[in-house]
Amino acid sequence: MHHRSRTYRIFSIFNTFFLLMLGVLCILPLIHILAVSFSASAPANANLVRFLPIDFTFAAWEQTLGNDNFVRALWNGVYRTVLGTIISLTTITLAAYALSKEDHEFKGRKLYVYALVFIMLFNGGLIPTYILVQNLGLLNTIWALVLPGAVNVFNLILLLNFFRTGVPKSLEEAALIDGAGHFRILFKIYLPISLPALVTVGLFTMVGQWNSWFDGLIYLTDASKFPLSTFLQTIIVQNDFSQLNVNPDEVRALSERTVRSAQIFIGALPIILVYPFLQKYFVKGIVLGSVKE
Amino acid sequence: MVQPRQGVIRQIPKKKRKQAWNMKRNWPLHVLVMPAVLLAIIFNYIPLGGIIMAFQDYKPWFGFSGSEWVGFDHFRRIFEFSEGRQVIWNTLIISSFKIVFQLIIPIMFALLLNEVRVMAFKRSIQTLVYLPHFLSWVILGGILLDLLSVDGGLVNQMITSLGFQPIFFLGDGDWFRVTVITSDVWKDFGFSAIIFLAALAGINPSLYEAAIVDGANRLQQVLYITLPGLLPITIVVATLALGNILNAGFDQIFNLYNPLVYDKGDIIDTYVYRQGLLGGNFSYATAVGVFKSIIAFILIVTGYRLAYKYANYRIF
Repeated sequence: MHHRSRTYRIFSIFNTFFLLMLGVLCILPLIHILAVSFSASAPANANLVRFLPIDFTFAAWEQTLGNDNFVRALWNGVYRTVLGTIISLTTITLAAYALSKEDHEFKGRKLYVYALVFIMLFNGGLIPTYILVQNLGLLNTIWALVLPGAVNVFNLILLLNFFRTGVPKSLEEAALIDGAGHFRILFKIYLPISLPALVTVGLFTMVGQWNSWFDGLIYLTDASKFPLSTFLQTIIVQNDFSQLNVNPDEVRALSERTVRSAQIFIGALPIILVYPFLQKYFVKGIVLGSVKE
Repeated sequence: MVQPRQGVIRQIPKKKRKQAWNMKRNWPLHVLVMPAVLLAIIFNYIPLGGIIMAFQDYKPWFGFSGSEWVGFDHFRRIFEFSEGRQVIWNTLIISSFKIVFQLIIPIMFALLLNEVRVMAFKRSIQTLVYLPHFLSWVILGGILLDLLSVDGGLVNQMITSLGFQPIFFLGDGDWFRVTVITSDVWKDFGFSAIIFLAALAGINPSLYEAAIVDGANRLQQVLYITLPGLLPITIVVATLALGNILNAGFDQIFNLYNPLVYDKGDIIDTYVYRQGLLGGNFSYATAVGVFKSIIAFILIVTGYRLAYKYANYRIF
């Protein structure tokens, strides 16, 4: 189909090389961090480590995973992610099913849609939201992390469009004639058929929950409740140990460069682990769910 | 025994009957949207009421009812404070550059990737370049602080080994902007390219065949078929991005900046955080936030209108 001219062949070689460089550039920083985390502290502090560990050792990882504060934050992060994903995914799946109906089937659909799209565009802002969470008595509880952002309108729209394009109308009509109600249609027809879509949106939600750090920073006053992302933000980015009640030895250990690198890598690890599953679905999902002809 | 009710239903006028049927069959739909709507009302609509504090001199211990009204004073202060003007300017500069590069580079990347015929290679590259999008700015911030540090960060090691002076990436205002824009493009160019790759796959192959018959070389095919084919989706992405021009990336900047670069790196969102939650200037910070929201709202609505008009795009 395409020309096999000399110029094009030269371009192809150059192009392949260039793209390879770009691809490698995207993971090189992670490899560097991994290499530092497995190196002995002396070469790490002397900035000798590039992309391979020097004097390979698990010391930094042992130090990190043996630290009570870090492990507690890790569990808080996992807990928050699981709870947040369940709440958010349930809420938006139910809503997306109802809103995927046509206007004439579901009176009031338009009103709900506008009400939900509006929150994607306009919000009260940081301070009024903070005051609300405070007045509801949610400060310093996990609910302040999982409830305010539960309705992710972007994910809801993705799912809604999946439901519209992925579920054959005839199947639904057949079920209706057989006397099935909406709940049964949702659970017996929509959910099994849309499993790939649910997995996609579920993984997106999980990644979002795991990565969230700012809400923990403002809504949690007790540092022992910090999820891992918030913990890493204060320890690694702000370099602030004042909120943790740790003794100076522990501070020194936690701020060691190799330990810092291990902490960063563990923070990225869940994402790296779910990434292969995520990648399998999201390309198709995003294109299908976001652009409608 | 329950009496058969068919006779009764037949007496109801047809239209009413249909409505009654609709309500009876569809009440579960209202139940299904309810959790989402209730959460939205509580956590998104109620805080909208808090916006009145932008017109008050809000004191937490007096509450909304007891605080003094000051009208538009806080909004005026945004423009009277040189700090406020500077923050708006920083936001516009940083996000304009981000929008431009986040449009050009993904398109170029998609075009180059589209020339690759070996599918396995293409997929591997895609896998690599999408990954940073899913890592948070806390993780990437931690990595960048390490990579870019002046004394011995990997990047500065390379720069000095080439014989240049080390660069204070995160401590010098101008370099800070460059760092922010570059790292943003680095994180997301692959992911942004997805939509362009999809559009490229959708271009009718017979157009290329016709062009080849007419003697067009590969470059001419790109110029006269591929690029015009990408135009509609480019318009959509550009107009929608414009609606986000006041979002210069809170997560990123918050995790990279420090007092040294406040003058050139502070954006509206980080300023609201520092003034409001840290500084206790609740009303002023809210006014800045409201100002931002209103402009953003107008831009987004206009953006969607334009995208719909010129590229027939709609969200659902």
